[in-house]
Formats: sequence, structure tokens, C-alpha cells
Amino acid sequence: MFAYIVRRLLYAPLILLGVNLLTFALFFVVNTPEDMARMQLGAKRVTPEAIERWKVERGYDKPLLFNGAASGAASLTDTIFFDKSLRMFAFDFGRADDGRDIATEIRTRMAFDFGRADDGRDIATEIRTRMGPSLAIAVPTFILGLFVTVSFALLLVFFRGSYLDFQGVVLCVAMMSISGLFYIIGGQWLVSKVWHLVPISGYGGGLDASRFLVLPVLIGVIAGIGGSARWYRTIFLEEAGKDYVRTARAKGLSELQALFRHVLKNGMIPILTGVVVVIPSLFMGSLISESFFGIPGLGSYTIDAINAQDFPVVRAMVFIGSLLYIVGLILTDLSYTLVDPRVRLD
Amino acid sequence: MDVQPVFLWTDVLLFGLMACIGLAAWRARRSEPMRAAWRRVGESAVGMASLTVLLLFLVVGLLDSLHYRPYLPPAPDAQVTNGRGPVSTEVRSALDALAEPLRTRVEKTYSAPLAYALFAKQTIEKADGTQQRAFPRLKFGGAGLQYPEEDHAGDVLGRIGLGLALAAGAWCVLAGCLVQGVAMSRMVPFGAAWRAVWRGKGGLAWRAVLVTLGLVFLFAGPVAVLAGEYHVFGTDKVGQDVLFLTLKSIRTALVIGTLTTLVTLPVAVVLGIMAGYLGGWVDDLIQYVYTVLNSIPGVLLIAAAVLMMQVVIDTHPQWFETAAERADARLLALCLILGMTSWTGLCRLLRGETLKLRELEYVQAARAFGVSTARILSRHVLPNLMHLVLIALVMDFSGLVLAEAVLSYVGIGVDPGTVSFGTMINAARMELAREPMVWWSLMAAFLFMFVLVLAANLFADAVRDAFDPRAS
Repeated sequence: MFAYIVRRLLYAPLILLGVNLLTFALFFVVNTPEDMARMQLGAKRVTPEAIERWKVERGYDKPLLFNGAASGAASLTDTIFFDKSLRMFAFDFGRADDGRDIATEIRTRMAFDFGRADDGRDIATEIRTRMGPSLAIAVPTFILGLFVTVSFALLLVFFRGSYLDFQGVVLCVAMMSISGLFYIIGGQWLVSKVWHLVPISGYGGGLDASRFLVLPVLIGVIAGIGGSARWYRTIFLEEAGKDYVRTARAKGLSELQALFRHVLKNGMIPILTGVVVVIPSLFMGSLISESFFGIPGLGSYTIDAINAQDFPVVRAMVFIGSLLYIVGLILTDLSYTLVDPRVRLD
Repeated sequence: MDVQPVFLWTDVLLFGLMACIGLAAWRARRSEPMRAAWRRVGESAVGMASLTVLLLFLVVGLLDSLHYRPYLPPAPDAQVTNGRGPVSTEVRSALDALAEPLRTRVEKTYSAPLAYALFAKQTIEKADGTQQRAFPRLKFGGAGLQYPEEDHAGDVLGRIGLGLALAAGAWCVLAGCLVQGVAMSRMVPFGAAWRAVWRGKGGLAWRAVLVTLGLVFLFAGPVAVLAGEYHVFGTDKVGQDVLFLTLKSIRTALVIGTLTTLVTLPVAVVLGIMAGYLGGWVDDLIQYVYTVLNSIPGVLLIAAAVLMMQVVIDTHPQWFETAAERADARLLALCLILGMTSWTGLCRLLRGETLKLRELEYVQAARAFGVSTARILSRHVLPNLMHLVLIALVMDFSGLVLAEAVLSYVGIGVDPGTVSFGTMINAARMELAREPMVWWSLMAAFLFMFVLVLAANLFADAVRDAFDPRAS
């Protein structure tokens, strides 16, 4: 298993390199820095000098992939690709030849040098301060959502084949047909505007934050019920029809005991391994609900960057997102071995 | 009418898709397993009811995809040979022409559903020169009312009644035709066919179709009659009829929901089969490509790609003759971008299934006989994957329609000039903060979107149940 993890970890930089190449192609090859400069400067102020200044200020005045003017390694490093894409890597072992300690290098690089946003603020600092609010809304939504949907699915399975089960499935399909935006807008209107229970949007520090978090978390949970509960129900149903559950009932276990001791346990294997992959991505926050509720997390940061066409921030978020996804994939593999002794990784 | 037809890319693809479906249906008639599967869909009441709703949406969407550019009246002093002027830069569709009154009757600003006056008070100058703060009458909504305060409710109720009566009449005619068709195909008298349909006995679930049509007519009849005089769903900020905007949104939703999967289908199918069948470095490479694409969070990849596409479109205005063409290019690009992130799932599924298929006896026998790889893939592997492709096509639809709304809200969706559910919701954001609230355009968008997505979800379930061998 150790060898497997090492192999997966070695595969990760390769994927990240692919991600970087793709974003690089999107941001610098499809559109040249000149195009971007022209768009950012606006039609009025476009002069060759202004474009040149814009490029120099942001470090876009280098060749894309290969710098013919520089010599040796610099011909590859003194380029936009290296500067803007590869610098985001923590795993930059290339510099060790000049006598510096690789570990120190990694540690300093671990600070993830994402460069600066177009407005000059440091992206890494911004990300660190915004991670808290993102997690404060994403983690409760995730845990509560998992609990509620699993309970609801189990309830449906307990009443399987009955009218209640049918109604529940209809409810699930109807709920997953409603746009997520409707839940947010409707929830804000009902809870904040009509009932005046919680503030409509905003964020505060410390315990004060909970006031602002109740509604987004609640809405996040409700919006997720439809799709997941229906999916979990089919998983549990499949499990409930298996021989060992029949045996459990035959030896005298009550339906509830059979459900909780056998069906739930075995049904959780595909569910857990399915949700583990999103756990690391919780850092990224929820784009839509954060921007609706005015929570200063990473999600709203990304949305603001998209709207302001702040490309460095979008690039950095793409990089972090894929990194977290890869971590999630590795965790998923590990969780297989943890919850299911039949699975061996090698 | 003398017009210049315009073929937008999405129109061509949409009608191409219809042709493909027609061709597939014709071929499916000859293959017994396909016929049996489709019969299972037809026998499910939910499947037929949702299919009916989807087809109605499709009709609206296709009508809105027949684009043309009208000729302007000739300038008075110009030399004209055929009695027409230059062609207009405005691209219209058949739906625009059918709903001409809805399109042209533009009010000043917001008005509530069925209202005869504007939503906000304005200063009106009276005939005697004095000024007064009041709700001004609408230019078109309820313009025929002499004394609106007294007559309004009665007029609306009368129109609803008329609409219901017309709907009932239309439904009876349609039901009669349908039952007559059933009677003729089964060679039984009309009464027997009616009883068979009504009891849901044998054959397709026509009763579900009739009930669904009845419900739709009950809604559409009054709306259609009322729309002749009022703005049924009110008007938006610039006074456009919300009902008309909702009808226009349907096409955008259909285009996104179907073309996205369609344009990337060849990639997913070819790569998935190649990875599964050929194995080796081809498999490694394809797996690497889709892992990379998968590992980028969907919204961010779409955002990045859309931002870049926007720059390309903005810097090349000479590519597009009209604003509609530019909006259409953006819509198609959005489909491609959405497809870029969603083909990976299908590709992985097909790869796994091909891995299983290639070990089956009949494929191995074909290989032993020396059948070429291309022939094995097209004759033995691909036909056995088609059910997965079909299920993916219908399953993805509803998710894509919902995604469009979210993306347009974020500002990375369709062109702001394209009417879609997303742009409607986006525009309605500020309206909710108004006091009193402007809720109708939001409600109309959500209502239509809900019906469309619900029908798509239910239909997808029916198709999956009928085609997935593991489901039963």
C-alpha cells in the first residue's frame, strides 16, 4: 500500500503539470498578452507604450515558452510559462544545483508563491485570510448535509415499497429539479425578509459569525437533499436486497436493527468513498452561496475575480482546486482500504 | 413573406440533431431490442407524460430556431427593382413572428402580471395642466378597458373562462383524433379504443399523454387569451413582456442541454473506446488527459475558458455580421466549454464498459477470425455501448439547463443579449430588493425552468429504466 501511495503522489505533479499547461494555453496562447492588455486598458487608452507598460508591470513582457535571448537554464526559466505557471508548484527541485538546501527551498515554496493579483495584492495572503469563512460555511453544510440525506434515505428504505417511499422519491425528483438559485433567493426572502430571523447577508468575526452562517448552511443542506438522498436510497435498496440482510432478518433481528447494523454499514462504503473526494475541496468554498450571502470566503473571491477579469487570481484558484482534487482522489483510495477490508491497493 | 433566411450555427446543429434522432428512430424500428426498450418507455406513464411536456418545449424551441432577417422598407428616393429595401440587421425567428404582439407591445417599465397600470407612481400631467402623482395606465396592457377599476376583474375572469372553454374544445378535438388513430391502428371501433385508452390497457400510455395535454391546455388556454390584452407575467424593467422572454429562454435552455453533450459526444465515444480496447500507452494517455481535465474544478475551468473566449470574440468583431451571430457564437462556444468539462465522465464509463466487452467471447471470436480492429469496434463494440450514450445524453440534459442559470448568474454564461433563464434570474436580482418586491419575472423563469427540468429528469429516469439492463 505504501508503494501505491508513493506512486500516486508521484503521479500528482504530472497531473498538476498538465493542469498548468492547460491553463497556460488558455490564458497566454489563445489570447496573447497584447490582447489582454488591450482589453484591460480599454479602447481609449490603447497605445503601444501603454500596452508595453502594462506588460512590464505584470511581468508579461517575456517570451511564452522559450527565451532565445537568455542563455542556459534561463532560456527556459525566464519565460512567462515558468514565471506564471510553474512558480505555483511547490515541487520545484531544479534550483538545488546552486547549493541551496532542497528542504528549505520546498518550505519557502510551500508558501505557494502565486504572485500578485492585478490590483497588486498578494494572492497567497488573500487566500489564507479567506479560507476561514469558506470552511465555516462549507464544513457544517457538508457534515449536516451528509447526516440529513443519509437519514432521509434510510427512512425511505425502511418504508420501501409503500406509498410513503413513493412520495419521498417524487419529492426528491422535484427537489433536484429546482434550481439552486431558487433555494437561495427563496430562502433569503422567506427567512430574512418575511420572518426577520437572521440577517440577509454579511459576515462577522468570532461567535457573531454564526448568525450569518445559519441560513447559508440550512439552504446548502436543503438544496443538496434531492439528488443525494435518491442516490443513497438506491444504494441502500441494493444492499437491503442482499442475502446477508435476509439472513440477519431470519435470525431474528428487527427491521431497524438490520437496517442500522448491516445495511447502513455496508451502504456507507460507496457513499463515503464518493464524498471523500470533495472533502479537500471544501476549502474552495461554495461560489454561489458565498457571493449571495456576502461571505468573504474563497468562493466569493473567485467570483469577484471572474467578474473583474482578474486572471492571476483565476489561475491561482484553478491550481489550488486541482491540487485539492488530487488530494481528494488519493484520500478516496485510502478510504477504500480503511472501510472495506476486501480492497487491497497495490 | 419575403425575408432572407439566416442559418445560425446552433440552428443548424439543433435541426441536425432532430434529423439524427429521426434517423436513429428509423433504424431502431428494425432492431428488435431497441424497439422493445422504446416500447418500455412508451408504456411508462411517467415517461410518456414527461415526453409530452418535453416535445411541447421542443416545438417552441424549434420555432425559435427558424431565423430570418426581414427587409426594411425601401428608402423613398432609392432605385429599387423588386420593391424592397436593404436587409435589416435584426435577426428574428418564427416565434417572434408568431408572438409579434408580445414582442412589440413594450411598456415603459415594470408592471405587475395582468395589470392595467404601471407598477410605480409617476407624475402625470392632466388635461387641465395640473400635475398628479398616480399609477399611469399601460400603453397596451388592459388598454381596451374604459373604466379599469370596475371592469378589470370581470374582464380578466371572462377571458379566463373563454380560455378554459377554448382549451377544453381543443383538448376534445385532439383527444378524439388520438383515440381515432388508436382505433384505426388496432382495427377496433372508436368506443372500444376510448375505453382501452382510458383504462390504460395495452399499448402505449396514451392516457398519461391526454392528462398531461389537458393540464397544459388548462394553463395555456387562459394564458393565450389573456395575452391578447394583458401582460400575463407582467413586464420587466424596460417594459418587455415577461411571457415572451420566458418563451425565448426555452430555446437557449434546449440548445445548452442538448448540443453540449452532442458536440462532445464523438470525442468521448472515440477516446473511451480507444482507451478501453487498445490499452497500453493509448489508454495511459487518454486517462491522463481526462484526469487532468477532471481535476480542475468545473466552474473554474468554465470560467477561465469563457473569459478567454470573450477576449477572442471582443478582439475579432469582424467575424460577425450581426449581434445575433455574435451571441450565437458565444452560445455555441459555451456549449463546447461545458462539454469540455462533462465528456470525461462518459469517456470513463465507456472505457470501463469496453474493457468488459473486449473480453467477451464474440469479440474474441471476431478477433480470432481476423476481423480488423476498426470493424470489431464499429460492429461489435459500439452498438453495445449505445445505450450508455443515450442514457448519458438524457441524464445530462437537466443538469446542463440548471448549470446555465448558475453560470449566467456568475457572469460567465450566455451573451447578455441572449435571453435565457439565467439572464432573466440575473436581471431579477436587483428587483427583489425593491420595495414592494418585483417578483414576477423571477417566478416565471423559475416556473418554466422547473417544469422543463422536472420533465427532463422524469424522462431520463424512464429511459434509464428501459435501457439499462441492470436496472430491472
